[in-house]
Amino acid sequence: MTSSRATKIDRLASVAARGPEFEVGPDGQGSPNGHDAGVSLAVSAWRRLRRNPVFIVGAVMIGLFVLLAVLAPFIAPHDPALRLLEDQVSRANNEIPPPQDGYPLGGDQYGRDLFSRMLLGSQQTLLVAALATVIGLGGGLVLGTLAGAFGGWVDSVVMRIVDVLLSIPSLLLAVSIGALFAEQSQFTVILAVAIVQIPIFARLLRGTMLSVRESDHVLAAKALGVKRRAIVFRHILPNSLGPVIVQSTLVLAIAVLDAAALSFLGLGAADDSTPEWGQMLGNAQDFFDSQPHLAFWPAGCIIVVALGFTLVGESMREALDPRQRR
Amino acid sequence: MLQLALVVVVLSVLIFGWLRLLPGGPVSALLGDRGTAESRAELTDALGLNDPIFVQYFAFLGRAITGDFGTSTGVSPGKPAMELFLERFPATIELSIAAILIALIGAIPLGYLAARRRGGWLDNAGVVGSMIGISIPIFFLAFLLKYILSIKLGWLPTGGRQSADIEATRVTGFFVLDGLLTREWDAAWDALEHLLLPALALASIPFAVIFRITRASVLDVMDEDYVRTARSKGLTRRIIRDRHILRNAMLPVVTTVGLQTGALLSGAVLTETVFSWQGVGQALAIGFERKDYPVLQVVIIAAAMAYVLVNLLVDLSYAVIDPRIRTAQKVS
Amino acid sequence: MGMALLEVRDLSVVFRRRGEEPTIAVDNISFDVEPGQTVGLVGESGCGKSVTSLAIMGLLPSRGAEVSGSVTFEGEQLLGLSQRQLDERRGRDLGMVFQDPLSSLNPVVPIGLQITEVLERHRRMSRKEAKVEGEHLLNRVGIPDPNRRLDEYPHQLSGGMRQRALIAIALACRPRLLIADEPTTALDVTIQAQILSLLSELVSGTDTALIMITHDLGVVAGLCDEVNVMYGGRIVERAQRHALFAEPRHPYTHGLLASIPRLDAPRGEKLVPIRGSVVDNIAWSRGCAFAPRCPNQLEQCWSDPPELVEDRGGMLRCHNPVEVAPLAAEGTR
Repeated sequence: MTSSRATKIDRLASVAARGPEFEVGPDGQGSPNGHDAGVSLAVSAWRRLRRNPVFIVGAVMIGLFVLLAVLAPFIAPHDPALRLLEDQVSRANNEIPPPQDGYPLGGDQYGRDLFSRMLLGSQQTLLVAALATVIGLGGGLVLGTLAGAFGGWVDSVVMRIVDVLLSIPSLLLAVSIGALFAEQSQFTVILAVAIVQIPIFARLLRGTMLSVRESDHVLAAKALGVKRRAIVFRHILPNSLGPVIVQSTLVLAIAVLDAAALSFLGLGAADDSTPEWGQMLGNAQDFFDSQPHLAFWPAGCIIVVALGFTLVGESMREALDPRQRR
Repeated sequence: MLQLALVVVVLSVLIFGWLRLLPGGPVSALLGDRGTAESRAELTDALGLNDPIFVQYFAFLGRAITGDFGTSTGVSPGKPAMELFLERFPATIELSIAAILIALIGAIPLGYLAARRRGGWLDNAGVVGSMIGISIPIFFLAFLLKYILSIKLGWLPTGGRQSADIEATRVTGFFVLDGLLTREWDAAWDALEHLLLPALALASIPFAVIFRITRASVLDVMDEDYVRTARSKGLTRRIIRDRHILRNAMLPVVTTVGLQTGALLSGAVLTETVFSWQGVGQALAIGFERKDYPVLQVVIIAAAMAYVLVNLLVDLSYAVIDPRIRTAQKVS
Repeated sequence: MGMALLEVRDLSVVFRRRGEEPTIAVDNISFDVEPGQTVGLVGESGCGKSVTSLAIMGLLPSRGAEVSGSVTFEGEQLLGLSQRQLDERRGRDLGMVFQDPLSSLNPVVPIGLQITEVLERHRRMSRKEAKVEGEHLLNRVGIPDPNRRLDEYPHQLSGGMRQRALIAIALACRPRLLIADEPTTALDVTIQAQILSLLSELVSGTDTALIMITHDLGVVAGLCDEVNVMYGGRIVERAQRHALFAEPRHPYTHGLLASIPRLDAPRGEKLVPIRGSVVDNIAWSRGCAFAPRCPNQLEQCWSDPPELVEDRGGMLRCHNPVEVAPLAAEGTR
């Protein structure tokens, strides 16, 4: 029932609990030389990742995107907020400025330089993705830890709410959160996208912590009298991190896509002087039939970035779970 | 069933809280921006907003149980939200079923073939394609399909559910099915033409997800001991495929189909808007724009219930496919 | 002795994985199986005995596993056959029983269908005839109330019963050769004996030959005519059953015998385990793979790989074999 999506998240969580198993060789036999057996989860996962072309392609895509965001202010030829070509815009005829000298992509519907807006849009898009993910992760961490730490009825109540939130389609949830704000801004979008991710992270973290805590190697460490702090920091935390990092990477992609969808539905700032790709794509809908290139540019960029994060996230998931290595 | 009831209870509390938190509170939620100070005060009293909070909650619950969620203020002003929802519901169901059918019929055979020829061109193209598939904003894909196939090539209608010049008899509210039932073949064909593009756009994400889960599941099952046993028996390839690989590999696929309900409903909001498909999703998009909270309320509750119900069905069908669960249920 | 039913000659299996050293799982092994004979393949896990059986059946993955040498069954070369040609033989002339009966039976298909599908395929029976025969088969392997069991699923059967069902499947078409790969390992001790006696009962008096793959010398003692002891992918000793138990020649065989408890041994006698584990092995190309664990090792063992040579009616691959029978040795201690 509602737990179906939850079980999917739990399965990802249980990956974490299988920490020591990763040291087993591909044939199910221990590796022949002793020192290899001590290789940590992260190191062996990284070894697998480094060889995976999917990961490399995705990482390059993200790398270029981040580089663009950093360099954009220095490359962009114009101020993205200035309506430099406004005289070439004609509302009546649906005309917008074509590509011309100094404006390689032409202008947008307000006569602003599309090229500069595309370049600088990377910054805001990166910000949306990162903030939404951080807030989602933070909220999930609080809820998940709360449920995990208190247990009992607190755990039941929190998890029941989380389950119900998971059963509301994510876009509808984001829209209803957006509706709570009287004044809409880019931050509303970020918050709506982030809050949708909170129940997912909460469930993942709680599941991960529980299953790691119950796993044999932690029980063994307890039985050996290892100190509580050491167990938490050396056993539970490192083994819980993997699935969380994977999920975060995938959420980076989802955030970019969701932000675009929310802008498309009219949630988001009326003021778009600071460009963001999702918003640009959402706002291009009115011009799609006549000026499709206004949508093509931001859409192309969004697809590349979302694909980059997806490729990296999926290849990390595979690296962490060798049984799924295909 | 207990879980279903629990979901409904928690959901009602959440929705109730949500209505209270809306800018301007429930009064604005019902009146929108149109209320005068006088009518607001009147409504505040009529709604019992001066009563204790739990009294208000049970009053809300009582109304909700009778299907009274108020009157639409923006999408179709004056119409009860529930009536509006019921009118538009079949359109969304028709679209969603078409999309999930496209995804199942296309993705399962492809996923199987990709797994059998692991590392081959089909496999690699499929895996890359599915990752690209989930990275394309669905409303952009809808636009793209519409732009190329409808606007540029003129092959298919640009939107709506039925051409204006066709007079079709309505039976079920599923237009394609209606045409078939009444033997109005031209109406059925016309409805199908309208359905094709939105369904394709909406199918993109479930297609990608079902492809990947089928592929992964078939790969897992092919490594199982019982497939080796089947091969040691010298059975024909067809029997090994259908009886021993696919029957087992379908178990996770069925679960995934249930999980895709949520994504499907999210996608429907976007696709219906692009193709002017008069379904629940379009109502939600318009309702959000015009702050039609009664409509939003119904749609959100219905979406969550649909999700839970579909997954209940999935659990039941799971028991049909997997005898292990069947026995466990009989015992308990 | 006429022509052997199965002739394995210089069979090698190499696993290759991208980015990893190739692993030699089976290294040039040869043996024969006569009609009606029961031959044991004995060794620890990882010695290549299961891979050998899968190679004979053509069940190794086509990718990653490189099989060379020759496997002749009733005069026909099996290794070159296509999967389609093999499918005519498998299930009909060659049957196989696997280690874990739970995972080896399809969980979502009734037991009955898993038996009748072989009969329909190879004996061209109708569904109805096959069902009657299936009931008969279940009865023969000692499953009570077979008519009801036909409609049940594997998870509804006990472990022993599942293995009986698996045996019924393998024997359904009266194969000329049955390969049993650790058929009792996953079962309770009490059930193990039942399954073994069932197997010996089913093959004795028929001309069905049996290859018994096991790590358990106790299984061999009760069942096999001839025994091949494998170590590190090679056969290190071959002997008739009695000779092997009375006079184990290879230190590894000797070690295996010394490490199992015996009821007829003097009270208070200690078990002597083989030290180390398979991971200590050195490559055969550099010497004797068993050398690092061998109590009888010579300097020669670390540099000069021993050959498999005739020895007291059997075959032996050792520079410094054990000279006295284990029981005598224990007795004089």
